[in-house]
Amino acid sequence: MNKFIRRNLPGYTFLFPWLIGFFALALGPILASLYLSFTRYDILTPPQWAGLENYEYMFTWDDRFWQSMKVTFTFVFLSVPAKLIFALGIAMALDKGIRGIGLYRAVYYLPSILGASIAVAILWRQVFEANGVINSILAIFGIAGPHWMGNPDYSLYTIVTLAVWQFGAPMLIFLAGLRAIPNDLYEAAEIDAASKTRKFFAITLPLLGPVIFFNLVLQTIDAFKIFTNAFVISGGNGAPADSLLFFTIYLYEEAFKYFRMGYASALAWVLLIVIALFTAIAFFSSRYWVYYENERD
Amino acid sequence: MAGLSLRNVKKSYGAVEVIDDLNLDIESGEFLVLVGPSGCGKSTLLRMIAGLEEITDGTISIGGRVVNELPAARRELSMVFQSYALYPHMSVRKNLAFGLTNLKMPKDEIEKRVADAAQILQIEPLLERRPRQLSGGQKQRVAIGRAIVREPKLFLFDEPLSNLDAELRVQMRVELASLYKRLGTTMIYVTHDQIEAMTMATRIVVLNKGIIEQVGTPFELYNRPRNLFVAGFIGSPKINMLKGKATHAGAGSEIALDDFGTVVPGALPTADETITVCVRPEHLSFGSDGPFTATGEISLVEYLGSEIYAHVRMASGQILVVHASGRAQLRMGETATVSFDPAFAHYFDAQGQRVESGDGAVQ
Repeated sequence: MNKFIRRNLPGYTFLFPWLIGFFALALGPILASLYLSFTRYDILTPPQWAGLENYEYMFTWDDRFWQSMKVTFTFVFLSVPAKLIFALGIAMALDKGIRGIGLYRAVYYLPSILGASIAVAILWRQVFEANGVINSILAIFGIAGPHWMGNPDYSLYTIVTLAVWQFGAPMLIFLAGLRAIPNDLYEAAEIDAASKTRKFFAITLPLLGPVIFFNLVLQTIDAFKIFTNAFVISGGNGAPADSLLFFTIYLYEEAFKYFRMGYASALAWVLLIVIALFTAIAFFSSRYWVYYENERD
Repeated sequence: MAGLSLRNVKKSYGAVEVIDDLNLDIESGEFLVLVGPSGCGKSTLLRMIAGLEEITDGTISIGGRVVNELPAARRELSMVFQSYALYPHMSVRKNLAFGLTNLKMPKDEIEKRVADAAQILQIEPLLERRPRQLSGGQKQRVAIGRAIVREPKLFLFDEPLSNLDAELRVQMRVELASLYKRLGTTMIYVTHDQIEAMTMATRIVVLNKGIIEQVGTPFELYNRPRNLFVAGFIGSPKINMLKGKATHAGAGSEIALDDFGTVVPGALPTADETITVCVRPEHLSFGSDGPFTATGEISLVEYLGSEIYAHVRMASGQILVVHASGRAQLRMGETATVSFDPAFAHYFDAQGQRVESGDGAVQ
């Protein structure tokens, strides 16, 4: 048997189920959607080649496309930094070596496990309803809370809050990153008369760079793809007044409500390019702000 | 420059006592080495002086001022860590300047101090490099540089050479000794390596299980160990320990040893008890010249070039290490006569405390 095959056979054997899945269930539809994005296709009749028509319409005529972009970008720019800051804050609090830390970690991680489920989105909806928990608490202080979900001025922020509440995954990664910073550095900084703030900005943040970068990329991709929470809370159509018309909701509507599969495919590819672009920017910028201990010079 | 005083200092973690009622005075300008086996509390003691560890009881004074409640930054001291603890994402220059920036020192003063330290430690070409681009010895120099730019009253070193290879360790030892000579600042140095302690210290503190076994100059510790622990800890190869029984005989004492018969070391103030006779390898010799001799079989020969350490298995089964010149012709398996002069031996009673003869015949 060829030496290369003999050496790599066990690896490929273990990879085999995934490879089948990837080629048959993922790569095929990916390529098909690329083709479909250049067609008019309503499922019932065969796709008709339309060239760049879908993309042209999207960028020049479709106001809802731009509205969905605006909503999605606003969500990404608000939720990702807020979530990362919150997750880092909690991770730092948990890093203090308090008693019962395992329990706290599990409790704080819980929303992340439940977060993507429909049940939590429904719960969130009830918390922020006109007569929900938030307004009941505000009422104790004599404040008449707005209808958070029904008011286009506030609706997006409730979804941002829900996203921030699901801070568990980045928090765990931050916690691992914090644990990896040698205590000696803080002690050296202590002797070097560094204040707590100075230690945070001069030691913690720079040394957490790779972890922050990792979380930033992952959370940004996740935020661009937000669907379940937005779908449930907005009633599946981006209401009120398209204030929750996230990109994926719009894509879903086009695909499964109006059966414009060609146009929906074009939307999906635009989302992919936007995500790829942001990831590329993050990677490119990282060389200026992320420090890697093992990087080659 | 400042002296340091430790009064009734205690440190415990829950029920575990690490330092027990320790008293020590360190003169201004001294190079004091804390030495002891792993877990003896030497690093804990250093960290308590630094302010990185709270003390359970007692007082620590630097330059006459009690510093118990002062944070590390305000104790006017610098510390060099075993791991170097260089900030990995900062250049050497920024590493050196970090502490001074925190003190809000004027920029030109910071630059001057960094340049001075870099010149003293010969790290000028490395200033723009990051720590990962430095060798172990260079990192160590930067760590020392970071300590000296502060111009502290007190330098603390926590096993700073233990991560270096043997050759570099010898070189850095010499450099540290010359730095001490140049700066004249009080230095407290923790190590488990007794050679470092012996070669650099003006005084050594031998710690064991959180208590001070002996404080003295390297000469005192080597030549007049106060107890069995110090005798065994200081000196390499380790001192030979022979168990015997002491009895009064006329005006003197007799000690019955397994291999050398009865030796008469002079009058010891102890009788009818087990006594340990300690002899350094260089005070044993091959041949029948000494007053007491015994034969054994050479079980190992450690040839070091200029000298040899031979391990000799005696009739009792005990192995003695004997020093010989590098030119001596010694072979494993040979029978050899070992000679022993009680005048160079150290005597310790059943409690391990040093005993000396009244007539001064015993060292």
